Amino acid sequence: MKLHRYLIVIVASVLLTGCCCKKPAQPKIVVWYWMNDREQAFNELAQNYFSATGVTVEFKLLSFPDIYAQKVRAAARAGTLPDIFGILGEKSQMVSFIKGGYLVDLTNEMEKDGAAWKNSFYKQTLDVVAFPAANSYGVAGGIYGVPIDTTAMEFIYNKKLLKTAGLDTPPKTLDEMISYVKKVQEKNPEVYGFSCGWGETWLINCLAVEWAINVMGEEKFLKTIEGKVPYTDHDWIEVFSLFTKLRGSGILAPNITTMVNKESEDLFAKDKAVFSFNGTWSVNVYNGLNKDLDYAYFALPKVSEKNKIKIWGGAGSSFMVNSKSADKEKAVAFLKWITEPKQQKFLADKTSNLPAVKLDDKELPPRLEAVMSGLNDLTHPNTWPVNEDSRVTEILNKDLQQIVMGLKTPQDAAKEVQEVKERIAK
Amino acid sequence: MQPYLSNEDRFKNFAFILPALLIFSVFYIYPFFYSLALSMYHGDGISKLTFVGFANFREVLFLDKEWWRAMYNAGFITFWALTFQNILALCLAMAVDRVTRTAKIYRVIFFLLPVISEIIIGLLMREMLKSDPGVFNQILNRLGLSGFAADWLGEGPGTKVLLTTALVHCWKGFGWAFVIILAGLQTIPEQLYEASRIDGANAWHRFTKITVPLLMPVLALVFILTILGTMQAFAMILALTRGAGGLTEVPVMRIYDHLRGSQVGLACAEGVVLGMLLVLVSLATLYISKQIRQRFGVLSN
Repeated sequence: MKLHRYLIVIVASVLLTGCCCKKPAQPKIVVWYWMNDREQAFNELAQNYFSATGVTVEFKLLSFPDIYAQKVRAAARAGTLPDIFGILGEKSQMVSFIKGGYLVDLTNEMEKDGAAWKNSFYKQTLDVVAFPAANSYGVAGGIYGVPIDTTAMEFIYNKKLLKTAGLDTPPKTLDEMISYVKKVQEKNPEVYGFSCGWGETWLINCLAVEWAINVMGEEKFLKTIEGKVPYTDHDWIEVFSLFTKLRGSGILAPNITTMVNKESEDLFAKDKAVFSFNGTWSVNVYNGLNKDLDYAYFALPKVSEKNKIKIWGGAGSSFMVNSKSADKEKAVAFLKWITEPKQQKFLADKTSNLPAVKLDDKELPPRLEAVMSGLNDLTHPNTWPVNEDSRVTEILNKDLQQIVMGLKTPQDAAKEVQEVKERIAK
Repeated sequence: MQPYLSNEDRFKNFAFILPALLIFSVFYIYPFFYSLALSMYHGDGISKLTFVGFANFREVLFLDKEWWRAMYNAGFITFWALTFQNILALCLAMAVDRVTRTAKIYRVIFFLLPVISEIIIGLLMREMLKSDPGVFNQILNRLGLSGFAADWLGEGPGTKVLLTTALVHCWKGFGWAFVIILAGLQTIPEQLYEASRIDGANAWHRFTKITVPLLMPVLALVFILTILGTMQAFAMILALTRGAGGLTEVPVMRIYDHLRGSQVGLACAEGVVLGMLLVLVSLATLYISKQIRQRFGVLSN
C-alpha cells in the first residue's frame, strides 16, 4: 500500500514539474532542401533570421535530388510535409501538389504594396512557379512558389586551351565551334572538344530544345508539343541532324552518352575538354575542382539566323509553402526575407549562383556577369503553356543519345518520336 | 488421427506466428495488393487518381516497344548470368571442393564481390572500363593482350555496352552461385564417388551421373535466384551506363523512371507484369528441374 502511495506521489510530482517548467513554444519553421552546396549559407541565414525576428528556422538537408523528390512525395501522401519544401521535376509534379491542395497560393502576398515582392524577381524566374489564369494544366492561376536563385544552361569554353590556338573569343556558331576544336586539338591532341553529361538525358534535351527554338522559333516548337507540327517536320530533322553533325565532327568526348554531369565537370575542370554545356551552378563546382581553371560562359552557338536564341533556364531552386502548415504565415514571411536583396547578395556571394531577384550587375559574382545579359531570353518547360508527355520526351532523349552513338539517323529518330506521340494522343 | 488442440492451444499457436504474419502482411501482402490496385489508375497518388481499368497493362504489354526492349536487355544479361556466371561458379566450386586447406580463404574472396554495394561496383567498373583513362585496356596492353582492348562502354554501331554490362553483372554475381553450389557439393556423400571409381567410372561419368543429378535441386535454386536477381538488376547498371540510350535499359530502370515521372499507375502495371513473368519462369524452372531429376532417377515417379 505504501509503495502505491509513493508511486502516485512520484508520478504526480513529475507531471506537475513538467507543467510548471513548460516553456512557451518557440516559433519554428522547418525547411527541407536538397542543394548540398548551400548548407553553410542557409545555416548562417537561419541564424541571422533568428537574431532579427526570434523565429527559428531549421534547414534540413536531404540530398540527393532523387531521394529528396521521393521523400517529398511520400511526405505529402503521409501528411508530414514540412513548412517549406521544394518540388523537383516537371511542372506536372507541381500541378499534382496544387490539385492535392498542398501549396499556398502566394499571389496575394506577391501583389501587396504595388506588387513590390513580385516585381523584385526576374520575370522568367518567377514564371517557372506561376500559372496564368487560363492554363492547360487545369489549376487556378497563381504564384505557387518562391524562387531563391536563377539557373541558365550555358556553353562554357576553356580560355587557356583556346589561347594555345591563338583564339581569344568564343565561337558564335556551331561550325565555328567545331573549327575551334580542330585548331586547339592541333596544338593539344590529347584534349577533347566537347564534354557534357548526356548520360543524364535531361541535359541532351536542354540542348535540343535550345537548338530547336533557334531553328524553328518558339511558336513552332510549342505547336509540336500541341500536336500541330509533327516531329517529322523538316525543321525537326534539321535539329536531329545537328547531333549527327556533332558525332561526325569527332569533337565529342568518348562515352558521352553514358557520362554523368559530375564526370563531365571533372573532365572540363582538368583542362581536358575545350567546351562544355552546363548550368550556371557550375561556377561553384569548378571552383571546388580546380581553383585555377580559366573559363568563361558564352551564348549558345547559333545554328540558324532565322530565329532568336533562347537559353534553357529560369528558377534554379524554388521553395513552396505547405498549405497545411500551422505556421504558413511565418513561412511566407521568411521566404520574403530570404529573397530581399541583402540575403540574395549573400547567397550569390556564398554559392556563386545567380540571384532570383534583380541586383546590380556589380553585386554579382564576376564569372556570372556575362550570363546576366541573356536572362531576358530564357525559356523553360515550366513556363510553356503546354508540356510534352513524359513518354514522348523519354523517347526523344533516347533517340538523341542513339543519334550521337551513330545507331540512328535523324529520319529514323523523328519517325519513332512521332509514332509515340501519335500513339499517346490516341 | 488429428491430435486434439484446445482453443487455448490454438490461440497460443496463433500468437506465436502473429508477429511474423503481421510483418508479412504489412510489408508484402498489403503492398502487393496496393500496387495491383494502383496499376489500374492514372496519376501520381498526390492529387486525385483516375481509374483507367487495364489501360496501363495494355500499354505495357502491347504498345510500349521500349518495355519489351528493356525485357530483351534483361533477358540477354540473364542468359549470360545463367550460362557464363553459373558455369564459372560451378567450375570454381568443384575446384574449391577438392581443396581442404585454403577453401575458407577462397570462399571469402569469391563472396566478397556480392556483398559490395551494386552502385560501388558500377562506379568502379565504369572508371576501369571507360575510354579515358582506359585502365582496363591499359592492363590488357601490359599483359600483351592488346588485341582484346576495346571501347567497352562504346557508342558506335556494333557497340559492346550490353555485353560489357552482362559481364560486369556476372563478375559481381558469381560469388552467390559459387557459395550455394559449393554447399550443395559438400552434401554429396564421398562414398558414391569412391564406389564409382571402383566400378571404373571416369571423371566425366562421375560428373554427369553423380554430381549433376544430385546437385540438381541446388542448381534449380541457383537458376531461379539468378533469373530473379538478374531480371531485377538495376543499381549497378544505372551506375555503369545509365541505360546508354536504351541499349542497357532494364525493366526496373523503366519502373523507376515512371515512378519519378508521376506515372505511378504505369510503373505499378510494369511491376505486376514483371513479377508475373518471373513467377512463371520460376515455376517453369522448377518443373524442368523436377523432370530432369526424374529422368536421372533421383526422384521417384
